Amino acid sequence: MSGRLRLVREYMRRPLGVAAGAFLILVAIAVCLAKWIAPYGPEAEDLKHTLALPSGQHLLGTDRLGRDILSRLLWGGQVTLLGLLEALFAAVLVGVLFGLLAGYFGRSTDNVISRISDLVMAMPAIVVLLMIYSITNNSSSAGMITLGILSVPSILRVTRTAARAVREEVFVAASQVMGMSRARIIVRHVLPNIWGPIIINAAVLAASILGVQGGLNFLDLGLTPPNPSWGSMVSEGQQVLSQQSWLIIPSGVTLALVIMALMLVADALRDTTASNRSRQAQPVRKQVRERSIEQMRSPAPTAPPDPDAVLSVRGLSVAFSDLQVVRDVSFDVFEGHTLGIVGESGCGKTVAMSGVLGSLGRNAEVRGAIVFEGTDLNGATKRERLRTRGKGVAYISQDPMVALDPMFTVASQLGELVGRHDGSKGAEKKKRVLELLSQVGLPSPESVAKRFPHQLSGGMAQRVSIACALSGRPRVLIADEPTTALDVTIQGDILGLLRSLQEQENMAVVLITHDLGVVADICDRVAVMYAGEIVEMADVETIFAAPGHPYTRALIGANPIMAERGELLKAIPGTVVAPAAWPVGCHFAARCTFRVPACEVPVPLVGVTDATGHEARCVRAEELLNESQSEGQPA
Amino acid sequence: MLKSISRRLVASLALLIVVPTVTFFVQAIKPLNVARSVLGLDATKAQVAAFNNHLGLEHGVIIRYFDWLGNAVHGNLGVSYTTGQSVTQILSPRVSVTLSLIIGALLVFTIVGSLLGILSASGGRVTSKFVNFVSTIGIAIPNFWLAVILVTLFAVTVKILPATGYVPFNHDPGAWFTSLILPVVALSFGGITAVAKQTRDQMLLALDSPYTRSLRANGVSEFSLVYKHALRNAAGPVITLFGIIFVGALSGSVVVENIFVLPGLGSQALQSALQGDVPVVQGVAVYFTVIVVVVNVIIDIANTALNPRTRS
Repeated sequence: MSGRLRLVREYMRRPLGVAAGAFLILVAIAVCLAKWIAPYGPEAEDLKHTLALPSGQHLLGTDRLGRDILSRLLWGGQVTLLGLLEALFAAVLVGVLFGLLAGYFGRSTDNVISRISDLVMAMPAIVVLLMIYSITNNSSSAGMITLGILSVPSILRVTRTAARAVREEVFVAASQVMGMSRARIIVRHVLPNIWGPIIINAAVLAASILGVQGGLNFLDLGLTPPNPSWGSMVSEGQQVLSQQSWLIIPSGVTLALVIMALMLVADALRDTTASNRSRQAQPVRKQVRERSIEQMRSPAPTAPPDPDAVLSVRGLSVAFSDLQVVRDVSFDVFEGHTLGIVGESGCGKTVAMSGVLGSLGRNAEVRGAIVFEGTDLNGATKRERLRTRGKGVAYISQDPMVALDPMFTVASQLGELVGRHDGSKGAEKKKRVLELLSQVGLPSPESVAKRFPHQLSGGMAQRVSIACALSGRPRVLIADEPTTALDVTIQGDILGLLRSLQEQENMAVVLITHDLGVVADICDRVAVMYAGEIVEMADVETIFAAPGHPYTRALIGANPIMAERGELLKAIPGTVVAPAAWPVGCHFAARCTFRVPACEVPVPLVGVTDATGHEARCVRAEELLNESQSEGQPA
Repeated sequence: MLKSISRRLVASLALLIVVPTVTFFVQAIKPLNVARSVLGLDATKAQVAAFNNHLGLEHGVIIRYFDWLGNAVHGNLGVSYTTGQSVTQILSPRVSVTLSLIIGALLVFTIVGSLLGILSASGGRVTSKFVNFVSTIGIAIPNFWLAVILVTLFAVTVKILPATGYVPFNHDPGAWFTSLILPVVALSFGGITAVAKQTRDQMLLALDSPYTRSLRANGVSEFSLVYKHALRNAAGPVITLFGIIFVGALSGSVVVENIFVLPGLGSQALQSALQGDVPVVQGVAVYFTVIVVVVNVIIDIANTALNPRTRS
């Protein structure tokens, strides 16, 4: 119930949707009450005032028989809206029924129903309607119900899709296991979960039915004279066009406004259900939000960029419409070195790197300095930024199967990049493409170049992606979990390739990963991220030998490689705190076993030992380090 | 590629059987007293019997259906109840009119709709708001009303274009073109907005995809991302929509032909339907279905050729 209430409240926030809805209700009420509120009868003729323009006596004027237009609009609305209801009822009834059957039972039922539905959709509706009208003596109901049946596919398809999605849900499977009958499952569980998209589509369908019905009535189809409808009133107006052109306006405008209102209601409903979904996923409390904005505005104390670093990031923060998701991220990467960024999913690793790459889109606010070879990219013009893309900083994404444009061949995509970076054309460009493909270890570059992405295996696609990233001979390569989506057997190959390429080209590499094995394998320095912040930064040996932050300790402790045989795997209790719920103090405090009252205030990232540039964001870091040193082993 | 096209071809041919069959049995639900309505109420029993015998109306519906089907396969769609002329003779000269109209509409909603969609997807917030607003209005205005407004405007107020009537292409190509402008505008209006919306949505979807992010980060220009990659990925779904809009436009052509007094299939269908001249309406069903099938096949071939997954 509260969910429904929230939907209503959400809908009320959309002024256009509210106005359109109110207008529709008003029209419906006025039309229903025509008998009482219409100033004249639909056929009341006033031959002294024919074809009159609007006046006090006739608010919308009169037609060629002196009949009051406003009254005829109200009476005609009954014919129009009744027809609409008939068509809509038929479409929704049949569409939902067969959509549920197709979506819930799937397989051959789905196959047959979908085929028939496709066939109906491709039918020119008008010829069937003409037949119906000619055999039923122009019956309005017969025509409208037929129109409804012919519109079934639009409702059927959305019902089918929604029912399919719900069928996969756990609670439906559970009900099945518990022996609930299929009919009961559909009525109890499936239907209540799919009405949203059905209502939205019904509103859109209603708008289109009104347009078609108006056209039919305009042609005198489905009309019993002298009863008017909105469509037929346009036709009456057309017949007297040469004498008075006003008459086509009131009925046409009414029809257009009602159609538009239906579309606006559908739009508002769509937005409402969409935002409701995202809201459920991410409960945002207002106070928390305000606080995080405040935090963001306070400048982070940061050192100046390192002139020796290829890429030097200082105080990077990212916010999406006032919700901060990354805060105070600073790091340096050097030629030939690899920086690993580790942390659980949802810690902001990818968002932070997308901020560095400038690929977050318009609604993201990126602050801080991203200094590449002396230029701050965050303050740079679009042009300067574009110049560094691929040539200065390149990128390898997580899932290679979706990282390439499915519509173009490898040669075409890689060629486009090569052409941009080298300005080469024709044979020269092709030579470089093949060179890149063999550089990433693809055995037959010629054949791979001709293929489309769907013809590549995951490992091959990732090699092609790496070739794309190398096309501009970048100084910095940002690789976002480049092996996660791959087969275990291929992961090692790709990592080996990255390492050898780094040596060849002397690139700086930033490697995002949650695999500590990978970190130990190829990283020089490590930044540990938790809930939008870097919580610890150190050389790779230090991170594993003497972790200063409880989160780093927990991560290392949770690694299966570190587990003792026969013991339960250690896991970090709880989940990463969502950006909207960040506490003022240490973000990890809620899950931390070393928590003290001092953790309630903001904790800066500070050096814990003076030697290796080891920094941690923990009030007890030194204490923990000393403790573990005296124990001789990390906890 | 051939396999998938031939499979779709079979599905399209099914339509060619289904639509006339549906319309045939629809009219058979309630047998009309055709003889009475054609010969008049004072016709003698003998006259009625002769009429029915001549048209084969005394047979059962199944026999009549297979008779009709057998003739239809040989290109004989029967004779009109009212004029006795062969249906193909009545309809054939009208095909070019309807084709001119709907192909014109197809071209307009394809070109203008795609351009508006691209503009809205690539432009700033103001452009996309504006295009959105125009789309809502475009969907809201029913084609018959727009047609009446256009006729009013050009017949009564600004007389630069012929408001009604049709000039065959081989009489005067220029006049043929101008006689089609207003009907085509009226018929394509709704389709323009539907195509624009689909183009925009699909392009935005492509621009938000992982491959766009990768390509952008590695140096592909915004121009290429929008006009090459996103456009190319949006093409398939947009072309699929053409088929649906086209079927709608065919229905709309009946209305538009009547308003602009074009001697096409649609105006004949309406006239015959109002007279209960079933064979002619049935004939229009066949012609319309053939047009739909041809367009569907073209769209299928285009889609198959555009999609690398089905092409190879």
